[in-house]
Amino acid sequence: MDLLIFQVPILMVQASLDGALLGILFALIAYGMALQWGVMNIINIAQGEMVILGGYIAYTMYVMGIHPAYGVIVSPIIMYFIGWLLYKLVINRVVDRDLFISILATFGISILTQQLMNFIFGADVVVAQSNFGTTLLFDGMVTLPNAKIFSALISIIFATGLVLYMKKSKLGRAIRATSQNARAAKILGVDTERVYATTFGINAALCGVAGALISITFTLHPYVGLPYTVRSFMIVIIAGLGNLPGVALSGMGLGVFEEFSDYILGTEFRVGSVFTLLVLILVYRRFRLSRKREYLE
Amino acid sequence: MKRNNLILYGALLVFGLMAPFLFPAFKLQISFMWILVILALTWDVQGGQMGYNTFGNILFFGIGMYICASTQIGLFFPLEEWTASGGEKTFLHTPSQYFLGLSAGLVLAGIVPVIVAALIGYGILGLRGHYFAICTLGLGIAAGELAGGIEIIGAGQGMTAPPWPKGIGDTEFRSEFFYFLTFITMLATFTFLRWAYQKRFGLVLNAIRDNEDKAEAMGIHTMRYKILGWMVSAFFLGIAGGLVGNMVGYIEPTEIAFTGATYGVFMILMAILGGKGTLWGPVIGAMVFHIFKEGFWTFFLGWQYVALGVLIVVIVIFFPEGIMGWLREKFPERFGEVIDEADRKAQVVLK
Repeated sequence: MDLLIFQVPILMVQASLDGALLGILFALIAYGMALQWGVMNIINIAQGEMVILGGYIAYTMYVMGIHPAYGVIVSPIIMYFIGWLLYKLVINRVVDRDLFISILATFGISILTQQLMNFIFGADVVVAQSNFGTTLLFDGMVTLPNAKIFSALISIIFATGLVLYMKKSKLGRAIRATSQNARAAKILGVDTERVYATTFGINAALCGVAGALISITFTLHPYVGLPYTVRSFMIVIIAGLGNLPGVALSGMGLGVFEEFSDYILGTEFRVGSVFTLLVLILVYRRFRLSRKREYLE
Repeated sequence: MKRNNLILYGALLVFGLMAPFLFPAFKLQISFMWILVILALTWDVQGGQMGYNTFGNILFFGIGMYICASTQIGLFFPLEEWTASGGEKTFLHTPSQYFLGLSAGLVLAGIVPVIVAALIGYGILGLRGHYFAICTLGLGIAAGELAGGIEIIGAGQGMTAPPWPKGIGDTEFRSEFFYFLTFITMLATFTFLRWAYQKRFGLVLNAIRDNEDKAEAMGIHTMRYKILGWMVSAFFLGIAGGLVGNMVGYIEPTEIAFTGATYGVFMILMAILGGKGTLWGPVIGAMVFHIFKEGFWTFFLGWQYVALGVLIVVIVIFFPEGIMGWLREKFPERFGEVIDEADRKAQVVLK
């Protein structure tokens, strides 16, 4: 094969590093999805749209003249309240219902959010300049934008912070109790309604952080949310619920896969290859399980 | 068959046959209504009768559309040059070529999706619940993205379907021709499903929906029936796709063929609106939805998709049983099914 990546092996280092840094960001989004899936048993199709919305908040700050990196602090706070509001308006009506209902309802929210973002922020591809410069490795053969390193560091900080919060705080304990058995937690005096609202808010806040980071490392566009939802879903089903190192590892694996498919198949197949990988992974797991007469449900 | 049912069927048939002459201005709209009825009916085979909520049936619609147009062109002209040149200007179908191509195209548009469904069915229908839903969602979008990278069918630019040949009738005749094609396809879909639901096929699908493990324990090869059901859906969806491709005249991978955000969601929404798991529900749902959409869409100028998002959330949260479900509750002696009270209670306890 006369592909560029096989002729110039240093590109593989470039792709792997890019992919790993990108993957940590994916893992942060996936962590939010795993949290909410585990606690509320809801798959939020609008996850990706929340990410993009968080990114637009940081972008708005950039337009107003504030450095977009501060979006990492502002956008989760705003997104927390948006998530909380969304829970009170829609999600609390679908929590205990059929899973399909929640998927379809969040799909509706996703279409709605896409369109509103399209109206408010326009249909152009935008990016917030962080002016962080780049780091050169291997005599300038490998270039790493500092923004990507920054985003990976921030993701790790937020993820560890949340893990500690879940372990140590009272509300964190209530959330874990609800995820184990909602009914028993209710009997023992946990306000599950509040736990659900907080969980959804925390998930939205994580999406806000990820979105702010995406706004400085990549590009924003109203319609690119769904791939983020699918990526986080994939990471969660590979790693399993509640397996944090697994989430980080599979996130990085997915990032590296994407960068390599970018080089080998071409950029036009990037999103397509993510979705194809999703189908392949699910079908592979289904065949593995069916040997034991089990199935994915 | 009850007498008033016969009157209802007769009235609908007469309406269908007379509609293009009664409302000549709305021919195209009514043709699209029949297409939507087909989409809702075929979605209901999985979503309603079988309990497998698929988001990816649009896959077969898009495949049918591309296969039909490619056959129509490829039979007589080099496909590559057609897509490269934008078609129409360089090559022209004669009437006989056009109709030969169209019939061959529609047949293939039915058969190829059936083969695809049979090939991927064993892998994908083994998933259940939300894994199945997400997997099929990925399937539909992946197909659109991949089609956008294939050069011979025009990649992201799309391709044109063959234009109506010169010499036989005007555009009025063309829309009447396609109107009757869609109407006949819709009738065929409806009668086939009506017949199939009354047979063992329908019973097995409902058994799978109610409890698949028990159905399997009773000795039913559930996988065979699931694949068969998907093949039925794929066949009619493929033909509908081929027809839409010709009616629109232009095929684009993500906006027209593999449209997850419009037709892909519409079919689910219509079936739920009408009442999933019933024969008439999807038909009623599709008609109500289409009339609402065409009638009020213009008021939401630019805000259609916002309205769509709100509509999805509202229907799903407040109206999940649909029109047929509401009718059943309101007029149980006319529409309801007889449910044994003790049986119902036992089910709740089991859950």
